[in-house]
Amino acid sequence: MLNLLGDFIAELRAAGIPVSMSEHVDAARAVQVIDISDRSLVKSSLGATLVKDGDHMPVFSTAFEVFFSNRSFESVADLMDGVEAESPEGAAGASGPGDARGEGGGASSSMSANELADLLYRALREGNRADLRRAAAEAVTRYAGVEPGRPVGGTYYLYRTLRNLELDALERRLSEAGLADQPTSDALAQRLSRDEAHARIEQLKAEIEREIRERLVEDRGAEALAKSVRKPLPEDIDVMHANRDEMAQLERALRPLSRKLAVRLARRRRRRRRGPVDLRHTVRRSLSTGGVPIDLRFKPPRPAKPEIIVIADVSGSVASFARFTLHLVHAISSQFSKVRSFVFVDGLDEVSRLFEGVDDPAEAVARINAEADVVAFDGHSDYGRAFLTFHERFADQLTKRSTILILGDARNNYHQAHAEVLADLKYRAKAVYWLNPEPTSYWNSGDSIVSQYAPYCERVVECRTLRQLEAFVGDLA
Amino acid sequence: MSALDPREELAKRLGLLHVPPVRFDSPHEIQKLLADNDYLSDEAIASVVFLADRLAKPVLVEGPAGTGKTALAQAVADSIGARLIRLQCYEGLDESKALYEWNYRKQLLRIQAGRPEGSAEEWAHLEEDIFAEEFLLTRPLLEAITATDPVVLLIDEVDRVELETEALLLEILSEYQVSIPELGTVRAKQIPMVFLTSNNTRELSEALKRRCLYLYVGYPSIERERDIILARVPGISAVLAEQIAQVVRSLRTLDLKKAPSVSETLGWARTLVVLGREEIGEHDAAETLHILLKYQSDIERATKELLGRSKPVA
Repeated sequence: MLNLLGDFIAELRAAGIPVSMSEHVDAARAVQVIDISDRSLVKSSLGATLVKDGDHMPVFSTAFEVFFSNRSFESVADLMDGVEAESPEGAAGASGPGDARGEGGGASSSMSANELADLLYRALREGNRADLRRAAAEAVTRYAGVEPGRPVGGTYYLYRTLRNLELDALERRLSEAGLADQPTSDALAQRLSRDEAHARIEQLKAEIEREIRERLVEDRGAEALAKSVRKPLPEDIDVMHANRDEMAQLERALRPLSRKLAVRLARRRRRRRRGPVDLRHTVRRSLSTGGVPIDLRFKPPRPAKPEIIVIADVSGSVASFARFTLHLVHAISSQFSKVRSFVFVDGLDEVSRLFEGVDDPAEAVARINAEADVVAFDGHSDYGRAFLTFHERFADQLTKRSTILILGDARNNYHQAHAEVLADLKYRAKAVYWLNPEPTSYWNSGDSIVSQYAPYCERVVECRTLRQLEAFVGDLA
Repeated sequence: MSALDPREELAKRLGLLHVPPVRFDSPHEIQKLLADNDYLSDEAIASVVFLADRLAKPVLVEGPAGTGKTALAQAVADSIGARLIRLQCYEGLDESKALYEWNYRKQLLRIQAGRPEGSAEEWAHLEEDIFAEEFLLTRPLLEAITATDPVVLLIDEVDRVELETEALLLEILSEYQVSIPELGTVRAKQIPMVFLTSNNTRELSEALKRRCLYLYVGYPSIERERDIILARVPGISAVLAEQIAQVVRSLRTLDLKKAPSVSETLGWARTLVVLGREEIGEHDAAETLHILLKYQSDIERATKELLGRSKPVA
């Protein structure tokens, strides 16, 4: 059965949200009992039945806006079979609500730039939703320069519109005006009015983004646009190529993730409670059964907590990956008997001390850049030299309980590899793992020399996303 | 398209004589009912509660601590005049604490009382007798489904039980029944409303999530927070409520270990009212920040960022 709801669910699945068959049924039932002409009600109903993870809500929200932006439903049948009835019109850009808005835009398109700025300022100042929406529509008409038919996701249009609006100046003006309203002008009042202004500007940005999206949907249809605006779930974001927004998402996702991981590992350790048979205890127990060892006794398990040594490349290209991994490993350091961290570019420095006595690993990670002494020569990664330095200074401290994690892309800038040093490290330690934030297909291309080091590692793991990182670290402990 | 209404379907499976009437007419009615019980909901909350009633499904409520997840169940119970049955989850929770337990003392008494004759027939009879409902101690889950008066079942902090224990809940959540080996299956006598809350300390199983409607309760918008303060703190002025909501919003944008929750916000608001403040000055804020924030490092950071000072007031 091809229908709008089905297509929508297909889009959610494509974006990585797991939607089961029974959830599909629930959603179909839900839309039958609600007032379908109320869009926000439809949205929260679909959200409640289809999405079962708070982190997935933003992705769901975007997909919903794209799919249902300018469709309104009179009956359930519309929603279930909407595609056939709606899409020819939708493609022509002449569906009902689009028309209404088109008129609204047309009426105000005679506005000059100054009038627009004025309207915008007033709408923001008074927090008037309808005016804000009108101003956003006007701004998009004026500045975005939407070109029909181009297969884009709209980020460029957004950028163009925002640049022309000079939002920074607007925000300052709002903030000052807000401060004038306050009875006092101490630091707190200043901060509050600044935050208020910022919140309103964010509202405006969201409004503009929505406007652009609606126009793109009119232009190209929901399915096509959904594909171009599809964003990865936080756990699937490629760490090496994350933009600033995605970085912030990752940071936010990291903390609950490490907490969950720690809980899971602690539980697993507690439940594996059988050690080897305790012969002494068993024999003593057997006295009560006439010397027959019916009741076996076990030794408590030795907490085989590994000792972790992280050696991380923190040069520009892979720095963010190293930061995330260090954060994660230290956040669950209670699961290891000891964690030591080293960072390098072409020099090597131990940074374990930064993590000592700090509750929040993020703080320590932030200090690495400023305080670690990692550049010895020209500031280009030199794995060979880093391994040499490490071997020279710390090799004698390695034991058969040490697990070495090497983080980096193995792009050695054509320096000497010194793989033999790694071989010796492997001989001394329990295991060597290499986490590479590059996709497997890039390995050994250009100056990447993964294959020279790989023979001396237990495993070389592709580790591009938080999901992969979590899976690896979970196996380790 | 003409699938059986989920409520009818469930009622038929449970063998109920008639389909229980729906509790709410529309999400708007729910918002109003909840507001009458001092719980300010928003559209999303109301519509999920509405669906829970119509689809006869449990609701899994997730979100940061102190955003009113438990209070929601309480408010729903109050607004439909139902009894709230609460199962607090913890690590190590088992069947005998969650579902039912045989009252073996009473069983022993019964056996002793019927001792004199001792034929095999008697024994069979006795055995049948001691595994009767009379000797069953009902625990929250069983109590909720055997109740005949209206009830709302709250399974609080479900993320605290082990993954294996979660399975105990599955039968009751999807079928509204409990299987007791000695007694057979106990079916619900009504369709109770069920809420589960989770603080998200671990991933819940797919099976559990699939059986529930999902509701994420995050921190409220500034307008809603202001309204909550106004509704829950008697004698507070609108100006002060607005200011409090603003400060709390700003605090939540900082990178804190523990962002202030709604309940902490209310505590702060009450304090300021008791202190007789009409508005928050820098000094008051600095002195009372410890009510909102629970970590010294958070307090230091907030003092620095918000008040532009380096040292908090001791």
